[in-house]
Amino acid sequence: MYAVRRWSVRHAGGLNRFYNGLERVLVALAPVWRLIGYERLERPFAFLERNVKGFLFDCKMCGQCVLSSTGMSCSMNCPKNLRNGPCGGVRANGHCEVKPEMRCVWVEAWTGAGRIRGGLEKIAVVQLPVDRRLEGRSSWLKVVRERTDPPKSEVKK
Amino acid sequence: MRFDDEPMAGEGLPILPGHTSPGRLERVLRAGGFAVTTELAPPDSADAEDVYRRARVFDGYADAINATDGSGANCHMSSLAVCALLTRIGYAPVMQISCRDKNRIAIQGDILGGAAMGVCNMLCLSGDGVQSGDHPQSKPVFDLDSLSLLQIGTTMRDKGHFQSGRKLTSSPKVFFGAAENPTVEPLEHRASRLAKKVAAGAQFIQTQYVYDMDRLRNFMRRVEDLGLLDKVFLLIGVGPFKTAKGAEWMRSNVPGMHVPDSLIQRMAGAQDQAKEGRQICIDLIQEARSIKGVHGVHIMAYRQEETVAEIVDRSGVLEGRVPWYPNRDTNNEGNLP
Repeated sequence: MYAVRRWSVRHAGGLNRFYNGLERVLVALAPVWRLIGYERLERPFAFLERNVKGFLFDCKMCGQCVLSSTGMSCSMNCPKNLRNGPCGGVRANGHCEVKPEMRCVWVEAWTGAGRIRGGLEKIAVVQLPVDRRLEGRSSWLKVVRERTDPPKSEVKK
Repeated sequence: MRFDDEPMAGEGLPILPGHTSPGRLERVLRAGGFAVTTELAPPDSADAEDVYRRARVFDGYADAINATDGSGANCHMSSLAVCALLTRIGYAPVMQISCRDKNRIAIQGDILGGAAMGVCNMLCLSGDGVQSGDHPQSKPVFDLDSLSLLQIGTTMRDKGHFQSGRKLTSSPKVFFGAAENPTVEPLEHRASRLAKKVAAGAQFIQTQYVYDMDRLRNFMRRVEDLGLLDKVFLLIGVGPFKTAKGAEWMRSNVPGMHVPDSLIQRMAGAQDQAKEGRQICIDLIQEARSIKGVHGVHIMAYRQEETVAEIVDRSGVLEGRVPWYPNRDTNNEGNLP
């Protein structure tokens, strides 16, 4: 919901701290997840994320969440799916070129980033192209797996 | 400027050390010249002569010609095809690539194909939303954004592989650019966005229309503070208004246009509005040129392309330099050293 989404940006600092805590808990529980099996957890986790993040951020379930780098403003709500900053069409009132009733998600992103510790450094990092295969999948499980089972090429080093 | 190693029309120049492309635009910019680029509106036709006729009006006044890629989300001849036609006879096009209509498979194919046909400059854009064009019912693709596109393009060039990691047998030698809009919101973050584009691989920038020089100066100050002045060539977008009404219309209908009231009033108060529009454009060019870190101008004279020559000429920015055009060196009349 648009109003909740904007509330989330105003409270980006707190939400980011909560997120960091959640991440630590999920990573600590990695042995449990591994025991149950990640693929078996995929659907319940995705269900949870769709509802929680859907409510808070109008999450589009891209499956590769970058909220902490975009001031808790979900960049997939940009009609052009821009993950690296606003287009050149932002209106004088800071609203979207395509959806005039909506504030530009990137104007919001910088507002939120200013409220997160280190947020302005993170927003400056170039985001990679989206992997469309991950759409609809759990972003949280992906983070846990990346933290605890790094890809093989990295292990070799 | 005549290069000593001038090639046959349609063939690339040798790539100099420190250069990434065999193109004229990169040569002019790296040699410290004030570059002039302009924009060709691709025809709604399947006739090559329509493209050549549109290019000829810029002969001797432009270092490179942008071929737009469905600009304003309107359907026209493709930028790749316009570029292929232009390079055949030696023109230096800037191939615009919009993320709106194609996914990464198609775009990477176009980068290879464009480079193979002699396109030396490519401009990576997000693209206007489909709602602003003549096919609002179509599907917006936006698989990539302008930055991930830049990154993929420069990876193909510098590392020699597709995004997938699959190797290229020959990499595209391209001078990559991007757009920026210094005069619209969020003003305080526009320079950081530019920094991000430079980090993603942008070597030159063509801005959208700039009609507010104060905003441009503020922007350039931030660009300087971020240490970007010697990392990217900045070409400022300008264009002539035809009428005060037209200026007003553009301000309210073209996405990303910021036109100060004073300019609209100046247009409205003029006896010959079209002439005043050209004069404003010349004034903007000269003012932009005086700003530190500005390396050229990009003149977008939609539906009045024939005015570009006069504007460039009267602005004096070429300082007697005659950019290459077909047959320049065979039937010139003493313009050259």
